This record gives sequence, C-alpha cells and structure tokens, in this order.
Amino acid sequence: MRIVPLIISATVTTALIVVLNMQLPVGTGKTPRLGYFLSPQQGFWQNAEPVDVSFDKNISIAGIKSNADVYFDDRLVPHIYAENDTDAYFIQGYLHAKFRLWQMEFQTNVAAGRLSEIIGEGGLKIDQYFRRLGMVYGAEQSLKALEANPETKAATDAYTNGVNAYIKSLKENELPFEFKLLDYKPELWSNLKTALFLKFMSFDLTGQGDDDLWMTNTRNYLGYETFKKLFPERADSLDPIIPKGTTFDKPSIVVKTPANADSVYFHKNDQGITATPPIIPDKNNGSNNWAVSGAKTKSGKPILCSDPHLGLNLPSLWYEMQITTPTHNTYGASFPGAPAIIIGFTDSIAWGVTNAGRDVKDFYEIKFRDTTMQEYWFNNEWKKSEFRNEVIKIKGKQEDVENIAMTVFGPVMYDHSYKSRNEDGKYYAVRWTAHDSSNELRTFYKLNHAKNYNDYVNAISTFQCPGQNFVFASVSGDIAIRQQGKFVAKWKHQGDFVQPGTDSMYMWKGFIPANENPHMENPLRSFVSSANQMAVDSTYPYYLGRSGNFPVYRGYIINRKLASMDNITPEDMERMQTDNYNVLAEFTRPFLLKYLDETKLNSEEKKYLELLKTWNLRNDILEKGATVFKVFWDSVYKQTYGDEFGKSKLPLYWPEQSTLVEALLKDSLYAFADDINTADKKETWKDVVLVAFQKASKTLQNASNENKLEWGIFKDTYVNHLLKIPALSRLHLPIGGGRDEINATTDNHGPSWRMIVHLTDKVQAFAVYPGGQSGNPGSKFYDTFIDSWVNGKYYSVLFLKKQVAENNSRIKWHCTFVKA
Amino acid sequence: MKFITAIILTALLSFSIGLFPVLPWWSFAITSIIIAIAIHQKPWKAFLAAFIAVFVLWAIIVFVIDNANQHLLSVKVATILPLGGSSFALILLTAFIGGLVAGLSALTGSYIRKH
Repeated sequence: MRIVPLIISATVTTALIVVLNMQLPVGTGKTPRLGYFLSPQQGFWQNAEPVDVSFDKNISIAGIKSNADVYFDDRLVPHIYAENDTDAYFIQGYLHAKFRLWQMEFQTNVAAGRLSEIIGEGGLKIDQYFRRLGMVYGAEQSLKALEANPETKAATDAYTNGVNAYIKSLKENELPFEFKLLDYKPELWSNLKTALFLKFMSFDLTGQGDDDLWMTNTRNYLGYETFKKLFPERADSLDPIIPKGTTFDKPSIVVKTPANADSVYFHKNDQGITATPPIIPDKNNGSNNWAVSGAKTKSGKPILCSDPHLGLNLPSLWYEMQITTPTHNTYGASFPGAPAIIIGFTDSIAWGVTNAGRDVKDFYEIKFRDTTMQEYWFNNEWKKSEFRNEVIKIKGKQEDVENIAMTVFGPVMYDHSYKSRNEDGKYYAVRWTAHDSSNELRTFYKLNHAKNYNDYVNAISTFQCPGQNFVFASVSGDIAIRQQGKFVAKWKHQGDFVQPGTDSMYMWKGFIPANENPHMENPLRSFVSSANQMAVDSTYPYYLGRSGNFPVYRGYIINRKLASMDNITPEDMERMQTDNYNVLAEFTRPFLLKYLDETKLNSEEKKYLELLKTWNLRNDILEKGATVFKVFWDSVYKQTYGDEFGKSKLPLYWPEQSTLVEALLKDSLYAFADDINTADKKETWKDVVLVAFQKASKTLQNASNENKLEWGIFKDTYVNHLLKIPALSRLHLPIGGGRDEINATTDNHGPSWRMIVHLTDKVQAFAVYPGGQSGNPGSKFYDTFIDSWVNGKYYSVLFLKKQVAENNSRIKWHCTFVKA
Repeated sequence: MKFITAIILTALLSFSIGLFPVLPWWSFAITSIIIAIAIHQKPWKAFLAAFIAVFVLWAIIVFVIDNANQHLLSVKVATILPLGGSSFALILLTAFIGGLVAGLSALTGSYIRKH
C-alpha cells in the first residue's frame, strides 16, 4: 500500500508550507512569513534595487490635466515641472508614495493610534495614549479647516489622488520592504491621513508631553516657595529672539490671575500625580535659524540658514524636491505625507522654522459625580459629559475600546480605566490648541507661492500649531523673523501646573492676536535669529510658559557669532551651522576649576583634570576634554540636586541646567549645594565639585578602558530606522556637537535638514540631511547623504528652469507623466 | 532522461508561475506536484529532481539580484534573520527552502501517481 507514504508526504508538505506561510513568534516580536519573505519573485529580494537602476519612465496616468515632466538629478532629487499646481501636487504625492510609502503609512498610523493593527499588542500603550490625547479628534477638526479652504483642498485632494494612483499601480512584489517584513499591506491614502501627519508634528513640538502633571508633582514635593527658587522665571544669560529693551505695544487682551489662585492653584498641595505618558517628545526638539542682511554679507545679498533639530530616523522625515509650475518655482524639504515644501525657498524668498516652545497644552483636574463619568462638577452644578469611543484594533487579538469622556476643556485623558501608572484615581482633562480647527497647510502653500515680505506675513498669519519662529529673507534684501502660532493669553504661570477643572475662571480667556506676536524686520544689527530660546524679555505683556521649555545657550552663541561677523559667505554659514563650540563649558569651566581642590585628587583623577584644563572648548569628535566636561557637568548636576530630588517616588522634573549654571557663577553660598542627607555638615560648592569629579572620574575610567574617551565615540550618534532595527539603521557615526552647540547633534537627535540659501538674483542654495531620497533599505539611495552630513559637507542644490534642466549634466533621469 | 526533463520542466513552471505575483508564493508547490505526476519517477528521484530544480532556480535568481544590488539588502536581511550578515548564507537558505518545498511536493506527486 502506497497510501501511507502518500498521506505522510502530503501532510509534511502541507505542514511545511503552512509553517513557512505563518508569522512565528520570536521574543516579543514575530518573524515575517518566511516562505513569502524569501521567495525570490515576491519577497524581499524584489526590493534589492540594482545599483545602476534607471528612473527613466513614461507613466501614463489618469488624474492629471496636462502632461508633466520630472527630472531626477544625481542625488535622486526630483524636479517637477507641471502646467498647473494641482498636477504638481498630484505628482508630488505620487513620488512621495513611490519612494516613501511605508513611512507615510507607518507614521500616520502611529499618529492615529493604529500601531497595534500593525505590530500587535506591543503597540497598544502608544495607541491608547494618542487616542486619549485626542490626536484623531484634532486631525478631524483640522481636516475641516483644510477642506474649507479651496486652495488647500485642491492641493490636498490632488496630493491624495497622486499617492493613491501610485498605490493602485503597485504590484504585490513591489510592496515596500517593511510591509513584507511585518506582513501587512498599505491602505489607500486620504486627506485625513495628511491631517494626522501634521497633527503628529504638533504633538512632537508642543512641549514636554504632559509636563503639567510632573511639574505639579515637583511643586507638591518641594513646596511652592522652594520650587520658585529652583525654577526661576528666566535665565540671566538669555539672549531673546527679540533683543532686550525692545518696546512692545499695550496688550489687547488683559488676563487676570483668578482671585483664589494662591490657595487652589499655586499652593495647592495634595497627594501626587502618578500619571506617566508612555511616549514623551524629545526635550531637545528644537532648531536653529537665522538670516543676515546684505550689510553683513560679501555679496551684499541676504543669506538665510535653517536647521530643524528632530529625532534622527531612516527613512528620513524629509524628502527633498523642486516644484515648478506657472504660479511658483519652489525648492526645499517636503514631508512625505503632505503637499508643498515645508522649509525652503522660491526664486524670490526663503524661509525656515524653529520651534516656538510656547505652552499650549494644559491639564485640568475634573471632579466626576461617580466613576461612570456621566456628570462633572463645573461652575457649581453637575454638567453632563459627552463621550467619544475610540476603537483600537489589535493584530491577532480582540479590539480595545477607549471610552473617553469629553468635557468643556477637552478629552479626559487620564481616568480610572487608563492604566498608565495613573493610580491616584483622579481625572485629568487636556486642553490643547491642536484640538482646534486649524489649517497649517495654508501657510506652507502660501509660502511656496510667496514673492516678498508681505506675502510671507500673510502666509504665516494664520499658522496655529505647533507655534514656530518663521525666519525670512528675500532677493529684494529684506530679512525678518516672526514667532507665529495660536498662543494662549495666559495669566502668569497659568498652566505650569494642573488647574482646577471645576471653575470657568481657570479656562483659557483668549488668544493673542497675530500682530502682537514677537516679530522683527530689517533690524539695525542686520541679522535675525532664533534657537528655541524665550522670544522676548520680561517687558513683553503676555506669559510665554515655564522657562524650562526654552533652552538658552545655542541662541546665545548664535547671536554672539553673528554680531561679530562681516563679509559673510555661504561657506562661513556652513562652518557656523556645523560649529561645535561649547559655550556652556566656556561659562562654567572657570568656576568648576576654581572650586575643585586638586590636592585631593589621585593620579588617575588628575589625568582627567588635565584633559579638561587643556581642552579647546570644542565638542569635536577627537576631543577627550569634551567627554570629561560632559561627564563632570552631569555629575555636578546630580550631586547638587540629587539629594533634593532623588527620593521622590513620583516622576519629577529636575531644574534646568541654566539654573545650575547661574547658581555656580553667581551664588558662592548656594543653598542647594548642601547635601540634605548629612545633618552634621553644611556642604559648599567645593564639596559638590570634588565629589562630582571623583564620581565622574570613575565613569571616565570605564570609558577610557573601552577606548571611548574621544567625544565622537563617547557620544555615539546613530540614525535609527523607524522600527528601531539596527541592521536598517546607521550606527556609530563620527559626528561632533551636542545639546548646547550650534551643531546640536546628540546620540539620536540633531539637525534633520541643514539648509543655507543665498538670495542673490539667481538664488543659490546648499543643503544636506541625514538620510537619502529612497526609503527602500535595498536602494543605494537609502542613506546616501549620511556621510556628507556627518562630515559637515553640503550639496550645492540644482534649482533649474525647465529649459536648462533637460541639458544639465547633473540631471540623470527623466520621467514623463502622460495624461491618460 | 526523465530525471533531467523533470528538473527542467519543474524549474520552468516554477519560474513562470512566479511571474504572477497575485498568486501565493507557494504556487510552485502545485506545479511541482503536477510535473511529478506527469513524469513518473521513483519517489526519491522525483524529490531530488524537484529539489535540484527549484534550489538551482532560486539560487540563480537571487544570486543575480544580489549581485546587481551589490549585497546592500542581503547583508541587512542576513543580519535581521540572523545569519551573521552573510549574503551567501541567505542565498543558500532561500534556495534550500525553495528546494525543500518543491522536493516534498514532487514526492507527494510521485506517490499520488503510484497510488
């Protein structure tokens, strides 16, 4: 009988195919479906792009009004030449999808709280957080505004159609690599996804997550009087965006501190808050930008520089391109996920952005009648809640439903059912400007079409969230900077802590009119700049938010440098944008050395002291002194505040480093130098600095033993794949700089796009970003620019009229879009 | 002769059906069974012919792809899987899986014919 071997053979064959067709669990994740993934004609091998691949193509396509041309240069930057704007945005969408589809899908799914659909239960915490924060709700509001404006609606519709034209043309074997790895498929794009993407930027750039909660913990823990000493209003070394001494107009909105604020707000002290967000935007999210007028440049024409500092990821957040139509001619960095150029220049003007850092997200403690959350106490009566259900689908599991109570303030983010270490049984609602209807895309659309200063002012006047410092320069010679956003007119310290949600007195009373936002045009000093510092001095009539949201030192060094420079060339600006000078160390080293008693150090410790003394104050990759300073400084910080803050069981915010700097420089008898754990002794700076140096030396010795004393190796910068897979990331990059240097590159964070625009009659520009034009890990264009970025090199960008594009030697490929 | 014919036909059909990416990746198992039924051989020979056919076919395809790609992606995938970043090991694994599925399918086909 052959039936037995047949059955066995058929069973084994079937079992093998079934196993190879399954995602198998490994550790916390899952394998791809191995048979599919390895299949040469379907799986990942199809994503291994030939290094000599041609991008020449004739694409016959429905959805465009006229034929259009796209020229790709040697860096795979597309130059789109279309007969009208909507065709250009259609093609932009098509190209974003062709080169970056997976990241567009992934980032918008994260923003929408849909990560669990892709990776399973591991994504649930982040999904719950974003749903409860109201990301989808906010995106829906913004979508309404976006679609109410005919220009942005037309642009976004065309963009969406372009993305979908590509998705529909995609064959199974052409699916981007990560879809195959994680085993899912792209869904069609929509205008809502664009709104979600922009909403994610609002989340990333509006403050330290849910900082009101932790600041409240900190105040409760210290008491308000001590708190005030450790969290001063502003740093003395602050050099604001608008120079000190500028006079401001009288405010059109005057807000009064509620009468009972002292007892129910500032000095309120009850049991602490344990709520902890699972995802907190990087504190270093910020940027530099500046412009110098012709009076300071060799050419007599302005130069504008912009480098946004964000998480360093592959595929990059940015995609470089040129868009040319009869209405505009624009070049720069675009967001895969949204139409238009976000940071760039036209043939008449250039613009750049840095984050304003203003506080536009406040938390309110809600008193519900009972745990059903049906009614809450507001203005002396029970008010009915509304509810919003957020359904989270989970791959391989039953769906999760978040039942979110909506109050007059906004969604109740933290409640008894939300297990995010929220064990105090309280309810916190969030009020956030990103929940309001807004149309940020209008600003970029208008900037893309701007010809002059007035166009720029008009373009940015409606920008709401996240508030930005828009720097501007024009071929006609103007320079300007404006801080623009929908900023809340707050009484002093409103929203530093959780506010009572029972009283309308504590609600936001209005928004600052755009013309009262800080701004400056063609100043006498011939330059404008911003680096996330506080925009204005204390004479500005509105409250900006707690000072911890505003770093001090990059802004200081940028202004000092620009003030002293003349005859500036673009090369000078390249050197400045990548400068590694450490002004924090310049301020503090003399005092650290003054207080350090050398005679108490052993020979190993003296070795490090010598490195610190002889250091040139530059955070260049080979500088060992930079490592010694960093470790020593962190150790001083911990030694100073660790005794006060270390024992809290709740998450706290620690003081800003500028607070420590100023204490060290100005207060030789600083009260917090004393170690409160030693009752019999009163420590001074001398004690703090000595112990800190001894502790730092141990860390340094370990680093030294592993040959990691050089700054570049110690810092160990990397550009991470969005899925945090090391093999798809670029690790151990030898780049200098650091948190407080102009080249603000930390381990996984830094200048995500460096741009220098010289506004000569024919605009010249230089740019680089830590990524590559293709999002495909199997393409040689995946990480092409990283080495140049690491080495501080820029590419001279091609900004061409169509007639010359065809014959330019750096144009390599020609793609035609033919109306079908 | 049958052996060689089986190898050539199995490889040819596997390749052809792979040109239709809407079909599942394992469609070549079906074609391998069909060949094993059509060209009757001893079970072990049927297995071996199909194994060799798809092993060699897949090895050649991915070798060509990998060379044109200068190993950019195979090194990354061979690090994820993990195969120590060896493109060669990844090519072998790919070819082996293809060969094994085809071989077992052909074995089944051979038994069907006998039955």
